Amino acid sequence: MADNMKIRAVAKNDATEVRVLMIHPMETGRRKNDFGEVEPAHFIQLVTATLNGETVLEAQWGTGVSKNPYLTFRLKRAGAGDTIAVKWVDNKGASGSIETVVVAG
Amino acid sequence: MKLRMNRRHFMQTCCALAGLALAAPLRALAALWNAAAFEARDVGGALQGMGASAIKPSADIVLVAPDLAENGAIVQIEVESRIPGTEAIAILAEKNPTPLVANFTFVNGAEPYVILRIKLAETGELKAIVKAGGKYYSAAKNVEVAVGGCG
Repeated sequence: MADNMKIRAVAKNDATEVRVLMIHPMETGRRKNDFGEVEPAHFIQLVTATLNGETVLEAQWGTGVSKNPYLTFRLKRAGAGDTIAVKWVDNKGASGSIETVVVAG
Repeated sequence: MKLRMNRRHFMQTCCALAGLALAAPLRALAALWNAAAFEARDVGGALQGMGASAIKPSADIVLVAPDLAENGAIVQIEVESRIPGTEAIAILAEKNPTPLVANFTFVNGAEPYVILRIKLAETGELKAIVKAGGKYYSAAKNVEVAVGGCG
């Protein structure tokens, strides 16, 4: 299920930088659509990142994160060849995940 | 697994797997997502929901955000904590209908650093709350919003 996410992890001198893009509407539950109807809230609530299977980052999100969320984080212990996975779960129970191998910067 | 599988068996397996896949995250969600904090309508309520109290301003939190956001729907911000033992960073937008935007927890060598794109409803204070060693620290920056982004 990688069609709704992009990820890139690059090892730099001091840390590995991971950039993630998730394709998601992030509806607040307050926006009206073209028909004047309120779009129900639909947003990512949890994001988890793992390094070689071990959790390194856990995030809880509200409706204030932009549509198609973009996130960057840094890992001290990761280097080229390590596997980083990111998973999200939204308020409707849908989820997405992607993983990548760290490349040398 | 046998390569040849009849249709009934296939459907049963799929339904069982789908059921597991749906049930697991929902259970996890109920336990992990801090509804009290994220649904709070003001900063005070959100902080209370997070259990954050006795918050001290700190110069060791770097909060980077534009002075002027042309489009409040997408405002890129960067937060870095230089406070030793940082466990978590929360981001709050004072004037948003629900101010708590995100709360990040760092473990196992993740640096207390994030870049995130957020929505800002109107001009107001952006806050970063850092939890380190069980204590809370804050930094704030005023961001002027030209067109609000919390439809």
